[in-house]
Amino acid sequence: MKYIDEYRDPELARLLLAELGRVTTRPWTLMEVCGGQTNTIVRQGIDELLPGGIEMIHGPGCPVCVTPLEVLDRAMAIAATPGTILTSFGDMLRVPGSRTDLLAQRARGADVRIVYSPMDAVTLARDNPDRQVVFLAVGFETTAPANAMAVLHAAALGITNFSVLVSHVLVPPAMTAVLRAPGCRVQGFLAAGHVCAVMGWSEYEPLAEQFRVPIVVTGFEPLDLLEGILMTVRQLEQGRHEVENQYARAVRRDGNTAARAAIRRVFRVTDRAWRGIGTIPDSGLTLTDEFAAFDARRRFDVGRLVVREHPDCVAGDILTGAKTPLDCAAYGTTCTPRTPLGAPMVSAEGTCAAYYTAGRRQEDRHASR
Amino acid sequence: MRHVDPATGTCPAPVPETERVLLGHGSGGRLSAELIGRVLVPALGAAAPGGPLEDAAVVEVGESDLALSTDAYVVDPLFFPGGDIGSMAVHGTVNDLAMRAAMPVALTVAYVVEEGLPLPVLRSVAESAGEAAVAAGVPIVSGDTKVVGRGAADRLFVITAGLGRRLPGVAPSVAAARPGDAILLSGPIGAHGVTVLSTREGLGFEADLVSDSRPLHRLVAAMVAAGGDAVHALRDPTRGGLASALNEIAAASGVGAEIDERALPVPEPVRAACEMLGLDPAYVANEGCLVAFVAAERADAVLAAMRDRPEGAQAVRIGTACDDGPVVVRTAVGSRRVLDVLLGEQLPRIC
Repeated sequence: MKYIDEYRDPELARLLLAELGRVTTRPWTLMEVCGGQTNTIVRQGIDELLPGGIEMIHGPGCPVCVTPLEVLDRAMAIAATPGTILTSFGDMLRVPGSRTDLLAQRARGADVRIVYSPMDAVTLARDNPDRQVVFLAVGFETTAPANAMAVLHAAALGITNFSVLVSHVLVPPAMTAVLRAPGCRVQGFLAAGHVCAVMGWSEYEPLAEQFRVPIVVTGFEPLDLLEGILMTVRQLEQGRHEVENQYARAVRRDGNTAARAAIRRVFRVTDRAWRGIGTIPDSGLTLTDEFAAFDARRRFDVGRLVVREHPDCVAGDILTGAKTPLDCAAYGTTCTPRTPLGAPMVSAEGTCAAYYTAGRRQEDRHASR
Repeated sequence: MRHVDPATGTCPAPVPETERVLLGHGSGGRLSAELIGRVLVPALGAAAPGGPLEDAAVVEVGESDLALSTDAYVVDPLFFPGGDIGSMAVHGTVNDLAMRAAMPVALTVAYVVEEGLPLPVLRSVAESAGEAAVAAGVPIVSGDTKVVGRGAADRLFVITAGLGRRLPGVAPSVAAARPGDAILLSGPIGAHGVTVLSTREGLGFEADLVSDSRPLHRLVAAMVAAGGDAVHALRDPTRGGLASALNEIAAASGVGAEIDERALPVPEPVRAACEMLGLDPAYVANEGCLVAFVAAERADAVLAAMRDRPEGAQAVRIGTACDDGPVVVRTAVGSRRVLDVLLGEQLPRIC
């Protein structure tokens, strides 16, 4: 862990902040795309240390937050089907659907299980041949390779009682949607380091060029983020708009070619709905025809789902950076981790939950800036 | 209060927690506190405790201050690196007594056994409980055994109760911390919770980890010998972790606290596992450390006494109690954030 400690050195943090103060001549608004980065920024209070005029707005990169209500409601309907084991990662279990969440459903008797890898779900299917095991496969490009491998593994083993409810989303189309949104204030991006570890960064180059926006691939430790912010601000101050890599210790230009090949084999690009944002063209992954037999949507007829988002939830504005949680009337009042109106109040990576857990209150807004 | 959709009469967000018990109600977080405060304690009526909820109750019997505690252990798996459900049940109750500066006098133990449990498992757990009690210097004087049908319990539950005698001249309580107190932590955090999680789920971290399960009464005796009544508040941060323990003391005592994140001792394997799983070590359960609020002028002496004991060899000062406000952490990069109580259990993240 010494390797990590070096990215938390307070003296280096002070030096980076001093340098940032030196190069900054005017206000800039940056977006960190990834929820993991949001978590570090808020938990470490990095945004409150930045020189005046540099504002961080939090992007749509929380996979839990952007999973559409329809998918959650479908997962719950499948979990309610007798003989089914519904599996997913831990933080999906508390996300509110239209009426309930998977944890509450488990308390009512559904067999809902946390897994730590999609391979565990395949094993569960192998060990329970008389049950249907469904894996709720959500997330960005980071989780897609492992989910693809699970499908390939199940196919190779001839397992027929395993299926996936796929709701993968892709980062570059989301960044495009943010940049095209009316009133977009984002002038530079910190791109998600672990997404780029899989996909590389070449796909960001057309985006930087088209929108004349600097994009810096950034890691997750406090000093990663401070350095990523400094690199982005330097570009803005110098009038550049390039893709740079702060996270060189983990990311190569072409990413992980084996992982990308697995994704290409199992998934194809499709339009995808994002919770709170709407449908973004070519922004998701779905199973290819070759693996359609593993599609839980085909395997389970759950009838027509009536999907209803809470009217007071402004998750879409939060996820696109148009608003912060402190701009939301429901934040901390009717919307808390106990009674989340929307997904950003649920996941550790959700902006609202990160703010709430770090004790940020609406009255602090007036005190801090 | 939550919204109810007037059109359908249904709640759009999660099922109200009043309707059914969720696993989160057992997490040691806010849901646990509410279950106790809103359902269990009020149900006791006039029999309810009058003061703050403590790890053990102090009961005056004649001229003695006795402490009484009871606890149920439901850990999965039954055996884990560094301990098992039997030794943990003994250590947990000894520690609950110790948090009131009471030295254990006697324990009772009850086993709730699911039909079909292999006898060697029960024997091994019982022997482990016996060995832990001998090592702690306390006899197990009574007990009970119940066997329930298959599916009516998860293999084996262990319930222990403990009777202790309070050391003279001290009365540590979660409600007795004062502004200016030094906040001391007896050892590294997070090992127990991560070890149990990793062993249960087969995550592989347990190869580098052992639970910190151990008795702390001798450590407390050494602290009291060095600090006397300057030892204001003691809590062993079990479920809900250090963050919950600090918040419980701060709330019950009406003080705030400021903690230095860089002073928190988190073993490297714990930190690595937490990074991977998206867990915060401050909320992970422990079974063999304590947090103490000690008057500033005696803090160095108490800390030295702690470090003289093997259980406290890595004791550190992690912060200071202040007049009021929340529990705040000074972060590694020099900012500050609130260290609040979690709602329910921490859930591993996606990526």
